[in-house]
Amino acid sequence: MALDERLGGVPAADTGDGGPRMGFFTDTSVCIGCKACEVACKEWNMVPEDGLDFTAMSFDNSGGLGADTWRHVAFIEQRAPIGLQESGVGRPDTVDLGIPSFERPGDTTGADERGEFRWLMSSDVCKHCTHAACLDVCPTGALFRTEFDTVVVQEDICNGCGYCVPACPYGVIDKRKDDGRVWKCTLCYDRLGDGLEPACSKACPTDSIQFGELDELRQRADKRLEQLHEAGISSARLYGEDPEDGVGGDGAFFLLLDEPEVYGLPPDPVVTTRDLPSMWKHAGVAALTLFAGVAATFFGRQR
Amino acid sequence: MSTSDVTTEGIRGARPGREALTGSVATAGEQRRRRGRRRGEQAMVPDAEFRSYYGKPIINQIPWEARDIAGYLFLGGLAGASSVLAAGAELTGRPDLARPMKYTALGAISGSVAALINDLGRPARFVNMLRVFKPTSPMSIGSWLLVGYGPLAGVAAVTGATGLFPRIGRAATIGAGVVGPAVASYTAPLVCDTAVPAWHEGYREMPFVFVGSAAAAAGGMGMLTAPAGQAAPARRAAVFGSLLEAAATTCMERRMGMIAEPYRGGVGGALMRGAKALTVSGAAVGAVLGHRSRAVSAVCGAALLAGSACTRFGVFQAGVQSARDPKYTVVPQRERLREQAEEKAGDPRSNGAATR
Repeated sequence: MALDERLGGVPAADTGDGGPRMGFFTDTSVCIGCKACEVACKEWNMVPEDGLDFTAMSFDNSGGLGADTWRHVAFIEQRAPIGLQESGVGRPDTVDLGIPSFERPGDTTGADERGEFRWLMSSDVCKHCTHAACLDVCPTGALFRTEFDTVVVQEDICNGCGYCVPACPYGVIDKRKDDGRVWKCTLCYDRLGDGLEPACSKACPTDSIQFGELDELRQRADKRLEQLHEAGISSARLYGEDPEDGVGGDGAFFLLLDEPEVYGLPPDPVVTTRDLPSMWKHAGVAALTLFAGVAATFFGRQR
Repeated sequence: MSTSDVTTEGIRGARPGREALTGSVATAGEQRRRRGRRRGEQAMVPDAEFRSYYGKPIINQIPWEARDIAGYLFLGGLAGASSVLAAGAELTGRPDLARPMKYTALGAISGSVAALINDLGRPARFVNMLRVFKPTSPMSIGSWLLVGYGPLAGVAAVTGATGLFPRIGRAATIGAGVVGPAVASYTAPLVCDTAVPAWHEGYREMPFVFVGSAAAAAGGMGMLTAPAGQAAPARRAAVFGSLLEAAATTCMERRMGMIAEPYRGGVGGALMRGAKALTVSGAAVGAVLGHRSRAVSAVCGAALLAGSACTRFGVFQAGVQSARDPKYTVVPQRERLREQAEEKAGDPRSNGAATR
């Protein structure tokens, strides 16, 4: 447990603001879609049940991130080969395992169709942006940046104005209906404070979700990407790792095997407050226009 | 053990499956030859303009009630512009125009604050808005604006009604008239400072749409409440506002391109068309015939108020529609990335940046 050793069990307050930035690297190429992260998150954070329904589109039964879903596993089925996968690897003929069967899988589809199918699975989470729109627009100061450079809502401050909800370019934070306040992933702020890793990464059986210092995670991600590209998986790409992107880089970034929008992620998110200075200028000119325009109506004929 | 150490050297204590590759590396060469024609990944639906996760929206839906927040935008605009008219009427000796405009300003700002509080998930915590002063949050700035403007509008209205403290009343009227335009225009950054495509992409013109709509509404209220002899500035304000709103709306939709679709289709489009018809006809008829008949003036005034409300509800609805469809999030962002890639390709200093 790396963080334990690093912090030595010291309470969070003692680590000070100068501590390393912590984050997630979610490598979707090894995600098996087990949803252990969703369950662990709900259990640890006591996130209420929000419907035990199927979406009828895939094995996805949580739909997307929201007030009561802080980890969401996306399931994508594609008529495309898995990287450069070949069925029947390493053996020219199929081996009869003696399992009784009327028809072998793939017999009727024809040779061309065999293997033309892949699952993409990805565990989505709050990105803990460097430039976080939710935090910027929060009028109460309920959203704040922690000593781990994560973004967390103070539930005793939030008055449920809901401004952060449409401000988030990823569609992460949302308002809980019966509660009125907004909720999202805290990157297990309480666990981090005690030197533990977040519940989702702890529960992940394939280390698809990796938790650690962001700088190290970025190096690891670069290596992993190189490894996949060398293996011929040209569709592998990193998402949210670039500090030059529209949100200044994500604290939780991803390795994806297709375009971000296929996973329900925006291809080029931009923090909305980047344009706010210009918005204030335009609003200022508009206010002066209103003042001057209405003032001008008092001149002229008294009709 | 279910955890591992992430180090710069790699992972210590990792599970063997950690290094699993999608697909078999051994047959990669063969695969590449066999699939030369269709190499790499294929689009699931090649004909589609854009790709998405089962057509689900990318951003979360706006949690606000249309009645509360579109109503808040309308009432805030009406209040702010009414205060400017009230101040002008007071200073130019039109007491029968000034008085109703002061009442309008107080009533509208009270209504807008009530709507805002009603829309909070925790209305009892409204005062938390005043915990901080945050220029990065238009809602924070707006809260402080209301704190400054509300009492001014209140004093102006109460002194106007009672005739007490005329000097304080006049100062408050002028003060409200100065702060009023800010109250009417700040709501544009309020909605535009979001990831909602139909709002954010209109941030340059939206303040002018809103102040135009506010001037038209205040002018309409003046025509509805003041005697025709003193309502000339209100009629002109209505003309000014409706022209400004129409011009700004046209510019905004033109600049937005495909993101302007929600302003033309569905409920949002219907409201925007209704707004334009009501506002332009109300202002035009009022300007030509308003001074002759109190009844015509009142009908035109009502049409202007309804038109302004339609604009705010139309903008709100267009935002909701653009948030619902991932197209409005994905297509413009893809376009932006394509343009950036082309720029980089044209720039000889940078190559190899094509991977992202």
